[in-house]
Amino acid sequence: MTEENYSKTELMICVAARLFEDGATCFIGTGVPMLAAMLAVKTTAPNLIPVFEFGGTGAILEELPRAVGEARTFHKGISALGICDTMETAQRGFIDYGFLGGAQIDPFGNLNSVVIGDHDHPKVRLPGSGGGNDVGSFCWKTISIMQHDSRRFVPKVDFLTTPGFLKGPGSREEAGLPPGTGPTFVVSTLALMDFEPGTCRMRLKSVHPEVSIEDVISNTGFELVIPDLVDNTDPPNSEELRILREEIDPLKFYI
Amino acid sequence: MDILESGNGELIQPFDMDDFREWNRTKKSRKLVDKLMSESEAINRFVQDGCYIGTELYGTVRAPMSLTREVIRQGKKDLRVCGQGVLELDLWLAAGLVKKLDITYIGLEVYGIPPSLRRAVENGQVETCVEWSNASITWRMKAAAMGIPFLPTRSMLGTDMLKYSSAKVVEDPFTGIKVALLPALILDVALIHVQRADKFGNCQLEGISGFALEMSRACKRLIISAEEIIPTEEIRKYPEQTAIPYFLVDAVVHAPFGSYPGEMAYLYGRDEEGIKEWVDMSSTKEGAKAYLDKYIHAVPDHAGYLNLIGEDRLKQAVKNRERRD
Repeated sequence: MTEENYSKTELMICVAARLFEDGATCFIGTGVPMLAAMLAVKTTAPNLIPVFEFGGTGAILEELPRAVGEARTFHKGISALGICDTMETAQRGFIDYGFLGGAQIDPFGNLNSVVIGDHDHPKVRLPGSGGGNDVGSFCWKTISIMQHDSRRFVPKVDFLTTPGFLKGPGSREEAGLPPGTGPTFVVSTLALMDFEPGTCRMRLKSVHPEVSIEDVISNTGFELVIPDLVDNTDPPNSEELRILREEIDPLKFYI
Repeated sequence: MDILESGNGELIQPFDMDDFREWNRTKKSRKLVDKLMSESEAINRFVQDGCYIGTELYGTVRAPMSLTREVIRQGKKDLRVCGQGVLELDLWLAAGLVKKLDITYIGLEVYGIPPSLRRAVENGQVETCVEWSNASITWRMKAAAMGIPFLPTRSMLGTDMLKYSSAKVVEDPFTGIKVALLPALILDVALIHVQRADKFGNCQLEGISGFALEMSRACKRLIISAEEIIPTEEIRKYPEQTAIPYFLVDAVVHAPFGSYPGEMAYLYGRDEEGIKEWVDMSSTKEGAKAYLDKYIHAVPDHAGYLNLIGEDRLKQAVKNRERRD
């Protein structure tokens, strides 16, 4: 492993990219998830099947899409259909992973992308669910990617947009969501987290280079489960950074 | 069937499936008549103040931008809007035309939260935001397209999305699982941009179909804008390519570069600078107004708009198109 300079966003993308499972079907949201998916395809998951909600399936990701409907989302793809096709495919259990962002996340992995403050008199109106709620409802495993600070990692989201484990064990099933689905990982600028079986609460899994467990705790607005053994995240290697900078985002939209 | 939970969001477009059938029987001609007209005439004839309106696909992708701008030029107001959008709905919000929203996502994607959306919602100009996911709003149109009053789905369950929508949760009478019933959505008017149409309104699409199939079948009036007007013989030669048949369509507008500064698969790519200009200018209310003045009010029509953009930028957009090879 070589010593490299990299930004927190680059680090987060590299960590997320390593979570993609080769050969899996995967819903990709706008932004950082697109960069992570492209990096995964170019490194550890060359047979990933990207699915973009407005209809593109199996695109060859040669250039970074800037929107979930643009032509790069079905470039040399296996199909270019519509939103009903992709969402119905997810609803009947064909989509393995969903990668999502959000403005807030709570201990059960619930995400908010609708409002900060009260819904009817919001402090900040955010863009809205888009496909986020559907991805979190239908995909077998969801992974969220976001900046880590105590304004984003909150005890209770202002508006529950995308279901994580809702109120804890059993509550997804109680609400009628398909059994066996739910959040699996959260990738942040400080750490990688998973969820503790039994309590469904977010648990620290590994801390990124030069980040301490205390840093993570002090930037989290709720009590994280801290296991006895916390790993250290491998830093991005020079090849990951080269691909990210030269091939994926040379125009620096995100990095 | 017991209702287990009801969303409190307003059903901002009440509907009646038998009225819709009657509308389709009496108000939609089966005759092959020439429906070619200008943006100005189409919007003037079919878009009324206070109507419920939607656009497809969205803002930077196969979007009916020339029609969107004409709605602003004519100052249509108090619109109730079905909201999946980027530039198109952001422009309407900035122009103050939107009263109520069935919102799914209005964002600038790579460029973040639209300042015009924030201003319009946070200052109360938009009276109501009823929340839906992308799948659920499309399935609402699918229900209307099927001619049925609702569709059961597994979307929005257990979340605030359901509470702020007008969906209802029931126990499925066949297997006992909980399902969210989504009410049908019948739009008063829909605006859809396509690659090719004939003068009667038979439409061909390339690239993803987004929700064009559902929306075109879930509206009372349908205005099509098309990059190219083709002979009906071409339509009849490839009938499997007809995504929207003519009898759904009320107006056909010839609009080359109709999705600019957004893209049109295989014809032209997006103009990043053109999109960024809106992103930058819309950061203030005054900037947004200046943009609307420059690109909409100061030009008489779509031809005038394209003239303002200039041949060089349009040629560059063509050069940046998606290619099949």
